Amino acid sequence: MNNVLVYCELSEKNQIADISLELCTKGRQLATRLGCKLQAAVLGCDVKAAAESLYPYGVDEAYVADDRRLSPYRTLPHFDVLSKLIEKEQPQIVLFGASSVGRDLAPRIASYLRCGLTADCTSLEIGSHEDAKNKKTYDDILLQIRPAFGGNIIATIVCPETRPQMATVREGVMKKEILDANYKGTIIPVAVEASLDKADKAVEILSREIEEQKIDIKGAQIIVAGGYGMGSKENFQLLHQFAHLIGASVGATRAAVDAGFCEGERQIGQTGVTVRPKLYIACGISGAVQHRAGMEQSSKIISINTDPDAPINAIADYTIIGDAMTVIPQFMACYKNNLK
Amino acid sequence: MAKQVPDTHNVGADAMNPDGTVNRAALPTVFNPEDLKALEMALRVKDQTDGASVTVVTMGPPRAAEIIKDAKSRGADDGFVLSDARFAGADTLATSYAISQAIKQLGHVDIIFGGRQAIDGDTAQVGPQVAEKLEIPQITYAEELMAIDDKSITIRRRLERGTEVVKAAMPVLVTVTSAGEDCRFPNAHRLIRQAKDEIRMINADSIDADMDRLGLKGSPTKVKKIENVVLAHKESVVLEPTEAALNELSATLIKEHIL
Repeated sequence: MNNVLVYCELSEKNQIADISLELCTKGRQLATRLGCKLQAAVLGCDVKAAAESLYPYGVDEAYVADDRRLSPYRTLPHFDVLSKLIEKEQPQIVLFGASSVGRDLAPRIASYLRCGLTADCTSLEIGSHEDAKNKKTYDDILLQIRPAFGGNIIATIVCPETRPQMATVREGVMKKEILDANYKGTIIPVAVEASLDKADKAVEILSREIEEQKIDIKGAQIIVAGGYGMGSKENFQLLHQFAHLIGASVGATRAAVDAGFCEGERQIGQTGVTVRPKLYIACGISGAVQHRAGMEQSSKIISINTDPDAPINAIADYTIIGDAMTVIPQFMACYKNNLK
Repeated sequence: MAKQVPDTHNVGADAMNPDGTVNRAALPTVFNPEDLKALEMALRVKDQTDGASVTVVTMGPPRAAEIIKDAKSRGADDGFVLSDARFAGADTLATSYAISQAIKQLGHVDIIFGGRQAIDGDTAQVGPQVAEKLEIPQITYAEELMAIDDKSITIRRRLERGTEVVKAAMPVLVTVTSAGEDCRFPNAHRLIRQAKDEIRMINADSIDADMDRLGLKGSPTKVKKIENVVLAHKESVVLEPTEAALNELSATLIKEHIL
């Protein structure tokens, strides 16, 4: 049976990473639509509990490879185990996180299997494709949708002839949702072969310095975001004060992060995180398409900008024409008054 | 490995044709930024190693020779362009096949450097795919060269939440992120010396390739549909920053339980 397989990443605490849970939720929808099983591949050391934690997301079968050489992640040991597993089980779809792990592993697997791989998909659907050249129709294949060309176009990519169909998705793009707290899946142990010895010796990790994630704006209900138009790191402090007052998190554009105004974890957009807050306040943000891709699903958007023609204003519910450095303190004063 | 790319970060209003296709003529081209960082790391290896030389390979139209000339003026010893209509329409799988076949023709190669990704696709796939085709290890997301000797290389990798220092025996493929060191500038003497050099063009016949694995034919991914990004215009209320307007807005947001 050709199933849907999700390659699962592990956090530093040996739990399933959020990105993988998000992919399981999406994978469940795809598997249900196709009438097949959702499977997960969990490669690491002492990961049985982590694998079992996947069931509520609708995982039917979790392949578990347990070996100390598989933790922490290194390319070749994971490549060795996963490529053999895919060859044996022949899934029709394999999903990876578009993380430093998934983007390292997935292309190597795709090259080995000589199949297609679409990076950074923002949407995955099942549909049919008609090939104009050979007049063939392909039903129930994976439609892989992603922004391309610097975000100026949205492309739908298909891999009609090769299997598996593989895609990577960035963290936060798909929603993570528990399907059924009592959902029952099974663990299928994967024998780790002696060939791992060779893979094990290729690259040696001398040291690792991984910080626990301190800033996480993904789940914020309200976001105050600043762009390059904020002007400086000092001016960004006003956004922090504003956010503190209204119970919001601070986000930023790539330009603001590149200019050193704030930490990279706050970056929203195609190459940062995707957010869907109930209120998004864009301060000094022009609204490049790459940024909008990460925030346009916000329920309400307020833009504060000196430029009446800034592209962000086109998707804003309210546009305040003015300098954020003067508008924000005014707004803060009004807010305090109205709370009384 | 390097790529000449359209400068997608400076896209003007005329970059898209009315039918939604890309108007390549309206786009300036640049040396892919992360490939320049990769070139710098390669040149640092050369600086620290006796008898090392740096060869730059790119695939593209004949004008891609511009980046080979640029790389040579910055310190690369040699370079060539894989250019052939039979390479056209290649996705990352067919591209990595062509490049890996070309690298095999070079004979002895110890380290292959490339940018993590190109700004016109952002896929980050070609590096790991070339490594797989050559059956050598890969170190992706490299930001700093820590040590080099005649058998191994030590690299610091930049991950989402930290760093990792890894050591690999050669041969190995390394992809460098934007956190790498900026590339040294072109040297005027080198620029003048090689101004008249012809950059070699290599076609599909000279890389011992299976023609079915090149170009569009060798590409499993197909573009089904392309849509232009159109801004969905919402009913937008435009406010002047007066106290009355801001007062009303904050009151409305509080009343609607948004704030």
